[in-house]
Amino acid sequence: MSSAVPSAPPTARPAVRRTSQLLVLAAVLVLAFTASLAFGSRWLGPGALWHALTANNGSDPDVIVRSLRFPRTVVAALIGLCLGIAGTLMQGHTRNALAEPGIFGVSSGAAFAVVLGLQVGLVESVSSTVWVALIGALVATFAVQQLASRGTGATPVGLALTGAAVAALLGAFTSAIVLLDADTLDSYRFWAVGSVAGRGLDVAGQVLPFAVVGLVLAAVNARDLDMLALGDDVAAGLGLSVRRARLVGLGAIGLLTAAGVAACGPIGFLGLLSGHVARRMFGARNTWLIPAAGVIGATALVLADLVGRLVGGAGEVQAGVVLGVVGAPLFVLVVRRRAVAL
Amino acid sequence: MRSRTVVLSILFAALAIVIALVSLSVGTTKLPLADVIEVLLGGGRRGTRLVVLELRLPRVATGLLVGIAFAVSGALLQTLSRNPLASPDIVGVNSGASAGAVAVIVLAGSGGGNISGVAAKVGIPLAAVLGGLVATAVVGALSIQRGVVHAGKVVLIGVGIAAAANSLVAWLLVIGDVNDAGRAAAWLAGSLNARAWSDAVPVLIAVVLLLPVAMMFNRDLSALVLGDDVASSLGVRVARIRLALLVIAAVLAALATAGAGPIAFVALVAPQVAQRLTRMERPPLLTTAMLGALFVVLADLLARNGLQWAQVGPYELPVGVVTAACGAPYLLHLIGRQQKGR
Repeated sequence: MSSAVPSAPPTARPAVRRTSQLLVLAAVLVLAFTASLAFGSRWLGPGALWHALTANNGSDPDVIVRSLRFPRTVVAALIGLCLGIAGTLMQGHTRNALAEPGIFGVSSGAAFAVVLGLQVGLVESVSSTVWVALIGALVATFAVQQLASRGTGATPVGLALTGAAVAALLGAFTSAIVLLDADTLDSYRFWAVGSVAGRGLDVAGQVLPFAVVGLVLAAVNARDLDMLALGDDVAAGLGLSVRRARLVGLGAIGLLTAAGVAACGPIGFLGLLSGHVARRMFGARNTWLIPAAGVIGATALVLADLVGRLVGGAGEVQAGVVLGVVGAPLFVLVVRRRAVAL
Repeated sequence: MRSRTVVLSILFAALAIVIALVSLSVGTTKLPLADVIEVLLGGGRRGTRLVVLELRLPRVATGLLVGIAFAVSGALLQTLSRNPLASPDIVGVNSGASAGAVAVIVLAGSGGGNISGVAAKVGIPLAAVLGGLVATAVVGALSIQRGVVHAGKVVLIGVGIAAAANSLVAWLLVIGDVNDAGRAAAWLAGSLNARAWSDAVPVLIAVVLLLPVAMMFNRDLSALVLGDDVASSLGVRVARIRLALLVIAAVLAALATAGAGPIAFVALVAPQVAQRLTRMERPPLLTTAMLGALFVVLADLLARNGLQWAQVGPYELPVGVVTAACGAPYLLHLIGRQQKGR
């Protein structure tokens, strides 16, 4: 993973190339966003879209765009951004190409909190799920970090193993609750599949503060992560506070994943997918990798939601399912092409 | 084999047998241990024989066998991929098997949660085995690089395939009737409830045939730990060996999943614990197998009777809940100790 860092000293040309690559990615995101507004059970042309966005007079197309498609597309883009960056940060910090919110215990923490909330009657609607999921995700992240850093501090393998252990434990408690209560199972299964359907701007607003703080921490952490990639000892020798850099990274991972899981349920694959696609395009430099992964994640979730709406017919296929099924071949392609050094 | 490994194998096997005997004697009808042993030796009254041989022994035997199968599968995968996270839970085998089984439960379900006749007796296990093998075949085929199953890619691609299968499972749970979904969720938690001899026999055949075959690879496994280059310079045909081990691991895990559902953590924990206790460079197969059997029968004893003993109520938990609840803290403890030792 770190091999590309010393071999490519920064010159003007790669920076220009990377900037243009990033601009292309951003353009693709804009296209996906527009497509998500235009396509659905009913196709809306450019004129109708423009009318809906600029002048709302309550016509059917205006309502469809403004109150249905626009909010969920915004949620998809925001959450995709968060989860793409969270996964990439995790891969960097754990030095494990497998790292993903699902493996790190964060999604499981949120899922357990939601099921517990449903069981005790604390949670009834999607909007009240947000806070509960957020708390669960943050507590799980904190617990994983604390458990992994007993002794000499959190090593990459220690973090990954601890995350797997906590995920399995919480998963077991979740299924125990779900099995004892059919009503909880009925609500939980719709949340657990991972979807942006029916998520409004209020949901986006609720998780936005967490997302923003997470993104700031991620930006701060990107440069430090490049140093950490050289090894903890080398990084410390270069004057980096390894402990603080790890804490900032974990804070970012926790906040971003919590925002994502709280808003849309445990959407898998996005972190893995974005991290590896971005790594293939941009190499190992985190200052490029992290923003790129965010844009890729946002595009992927917007497109997954759109595809789910189009192929579903009467019902919809949830974005989490689409990402799992469509993302897998793409992911395999990336893994196969890349000269893997795990 | 070193004496420490032999002693630990015998110790775990003996403990597994003792726990199995206890498990045969407790339940709604309590039986004296002497009566249980008398029945097993061919004597005993008819009523006692019925309870022990027809109701409890199939369950206990299935538990012992799937414990062995999962544990050995995990040991093989962890060794051949040189990654402690690479258990069949993670590289797609269990997920593929789960997708197959849940598809039958949901699609053949009547909506009442009861699947009768051929679909239940043959359909679920068959679909599980097929799903597990298809997932492994896909992972194996995609991980081949210049004729060699690439160690790092098995894990990465396995994660991809597992994610795809898991999202299929989540989707099946959403489209199914709530009662069928409940039955599927119970199966997904890993359960030994109401096992018959028809569940135990396929796993028995797999264990009897494949454990000795895996043991024959002991020398090659030790060489693989040192890396591909060292292994081939020692005369190990890395490509063939790794493919053979992958197939053995997949068949064991798929049949175990067909027998009892994807019981969490056995494949991940048993090899790690065995490796640490024997102080070897890799999980020793026989010790791992015996520890896996002990782990599952002990967990099932607790799952079946724990809530009664704790005076909570007459509920039974699925065994997978207990394996995770016991396995996760122990793994955390081991990680912590390892980090302190550094």
